[in-house]
Amino acid sequence: MAGEMKMRAALSGDVAEVKVLMSHPMESGLRKDAKTDKLVPALFINQVVATLNGKTVVDAQWGAAISKNPFLGFKVKGVKAGDKVAVEAVDNSGVKFNGEVAVA
Amino acid sequence: MDQLRRTFLKSAGVAGSVVFAISAGLLKSGEVLAAAWNTNAFTAKTIADAMAASGFKDSVESKDIEIKAPEIAENGQVVPVEVASKIPGTTSIAIFVEKNPTPMVGSFELMAGAEPYISTRIKMGQTSLVRVAVKAGGKTYSATKEVKVTIGGCGG
Repeated sequence: MAGEMKMRAALSGDVAEVKVLMSHPMESGLRKDAKTDKLVPALFINQVVATLNGKTVVDAQWGAAISKNPFLGFKVKGVKAGDKVAVEAVDNSGVKFNGEVAVA
Repeated sequence: MDQLRRTFLKSAGVAGSVVFAISAGLLKSGEVLAAAWNTNAFTAKTIADAMAASGFKDSVESKDIEIKAPEIAENGQVVPVEVASKIPGTTSIAIFVEKNPTPMVGSFELMAGAEPYISTRIKMGQTSLVRVAVKAGGKTYSATKEVKVTIGGCGG
């Protein structure tokens, strides 16, 4: 189901390595549906914002060349256990997906 | 100066996009896009145009940008790419695939403690250079790595 987000944030010293896996077809609009022989319309996450305790740390713009079921890994310094990392993704149809994890 | 140039590039490239987004029902009034999607950069058909439109024109080759990607990708639909910049003051990382129909893959603004590191998985249509560009200290730098692709990832 599109929109699911799995997140993990592991602490090493004061640096958290965050891994996010999202469910999304990331259709480029260039692929033909094998059954209908028609192009599948473009539908892809084009904006991802990650925050640490509410403060933006990563502000990403994506194109359709990010793989289906997108993976994003990033690192943040100055983090302690219990800090909240949240990710909000928006796709080109305006649908939003959210995820949140406490740093372990 | 760089901020003025970036603002100019953004507004010149995506003039009206916020208005369009509101009228298309994509934006509820009161919401603000974190940063307007750079249509010009993402629809550019050459890597030079994509880099110029995203603020990476004239970037200097740098050995301090590490690109970890497979020598040979078995599946062009899912190519893992890990990028790390050792250049001090890195504030932005962007990934391009030279031979993709639209070379720009994504850009990542980093702030408030985010380290200059990004890991993701990208689609590559064919064997190509992956180019990573970085903004640091008001300048831009880039590096490349060739990834061979055995099965392409852009279309059916």
